[in-house]
Parts: sequence; C-alpha cells; structure tokens
Amino acid sequence: MNHDMIGHVYPPSKPYLVTSENISAFVKALGDSNPAYADGTVAPPTFPIVVTMNAMDAAFHDPALQLDYSRLVHSDQKFEYIRPIRVGDELTVSASVEEIKPLGTNEIATFKTDVFSGDELVVTGWSKIVVRGPEA
Amino acid sequence: MTLKISDVSVGQELPALDLAFTRSDLVAYANASGDQNPIHQDEAFAKSVGLPDVIAHGMLTMGRAIRVVTDWAGDPTAVIDYSVRMTRPVVVPDTAEGSIVSFTGKVSQINDDGTIQVDIGAVFGETKVLGLAKATVRLAQ
Repeated sequence: MNHDMIGHVYPPSKPYLVTSENISAFVKALGDSNPAYADGTVAPPTFPIVVTMNAMDAAFHDPALQLDYSRLVHSDQKFEYIRPIRVGDELTVSASVEEIKPLGTNEIATFKTDVFSGDELVVTGWSKIVVRGPEA
Repeated sequence: MTLKISDVSVGQELPALDLAFTRSDLVAYANASGDQNPIHQDEAFAKSVGLPDVIAHGMLTMGRAIRVVTDWAGDPTAVIDYSVRMTRPVVVPDTAEGSIVSFTGKVSQINDDGTIQVDIGAVFGETKVLGLAKATVRLAQ
C-alpha cells in the first residue's frame, strides 16, 4: 500500500436514507427479537456497517492506495456511538486512512469512518484490514 | 424491565446464547447488509479460494454477539461502543442445523463515569471466532 495515503480523507459518500424496511431486514437477518426493534425505528449497533463498508469499498478501489483487493481480510471493527441510528436519518460517511503499517510479510491498515446524519456526527467506525503479502 | 447500574457487579456473567448460522441466514445477511462477497454464499467459490466451505460474514458474527449485551441490558441504545477482532471464520455447511456459535459475556469493569464494560466471547466448536470483543454500556442509574 502507498504510505503517502496515510491521513487522506475521501469525499463524503452519497446520502443513504434509513428506512424501517432497511432496519427490519437487518434485524431479521441477525435473528434479533429484541422488542426495541419491533417497530423498525431504531437500528442495531452494527447497522452502520451498511454505509461504512460501502464508503471503504470506494477507498479500497482507489488506485492511489495501491491495495490488492483480492488479498484483503477485514480483521477488526469498532464503533463508537454518539447516538443510535434511526429511521429517517440521511447518512453520509467520511472515510479516511488512519494507519498503514507492515506486519511481518503482511500490511495492516486502519480506516476511520465518520457517519453523519445531515451535519450531525452519529457514529464513528474503525475498520482494520490485513492485506496478505506474497506467498513465500 | 430495564437493567439498572445497581443490578451489576464486576465478574457477573451475562446469560449465554447459542445461535445457529445457516446458509439462508447468510443470504439474508448479504441482502440486508449489501455484502454479496461469494465466499459467504457460493460453496464452489469459497473452496476455490482455499476455504473449507462457505463462511459467515464476520460482521454477522459481530452483529449477533452484541445480543448477549443488548438482551441483558434490554435497551440496545445503551451500547456506547463496541469492538471485535474477527479471529477465525464461522464455517457454515449446507445443512438445516447449520453451525452453532456460543456467545458469552462477563462484566469486566465498572468505570468511574458509571459505564460498564462487558467482555464478549464467541466460540464455534473449539475455536474462538471473535477476540478482544468488548462493549461499553450506559445503564440507567
């Protein structure tokens, strides 16, 4: 990977409107019967991945990053919540390259994803990826 | 009933959850999350890239693991941070039963600001599928 990209901030993603259908499909796929989700107004804690993964995918495919997508593994994920995501939120993601460093023959990189609804920061995500080096 | 901070002590174990991961769960999660990577649905493809079989999305495992905390706390919006390392994949055979993952939780710390840290375990057979998994929750006083 290109270490000059450390600190690079990608342009905000296109707005994603959170609907009760999106929330309910996600909750159903998790198999989560918590009554808090019954009316489809509040999203579960890992729902932000729907928008952060897309924003990171755009970054992963940025030729300037020089990342071999076929050797990429998502190794760590963290979210810090300012408030829950709710139906009606229009989410945009600002992704940035926080860290790139070698780990043996592999490289690891951390992407920070700030998730906004309008101008309000609602969640920050961090995704760490491992890009496997060439086979010995 | 919503859990209160006075109900919690360090070392307390949360009710464990055994959850099945089936191929149809992976299809539903792929559609709901937008992650259509074929390693999560196509057995021939998964094997062609050196995997033993189709594997679950790491984010599905993460999404289910937090239920140990949210089922216990009652209110899922009490979670103020959540992090995991996806150490090993959950391999999902094409059977009605699928694969069972056992999720556990333990209160590891009560912070000065009244928030609570829970360490989460996720085991598939003998294999830890999540590492360093922890969440912080803010409960009612």
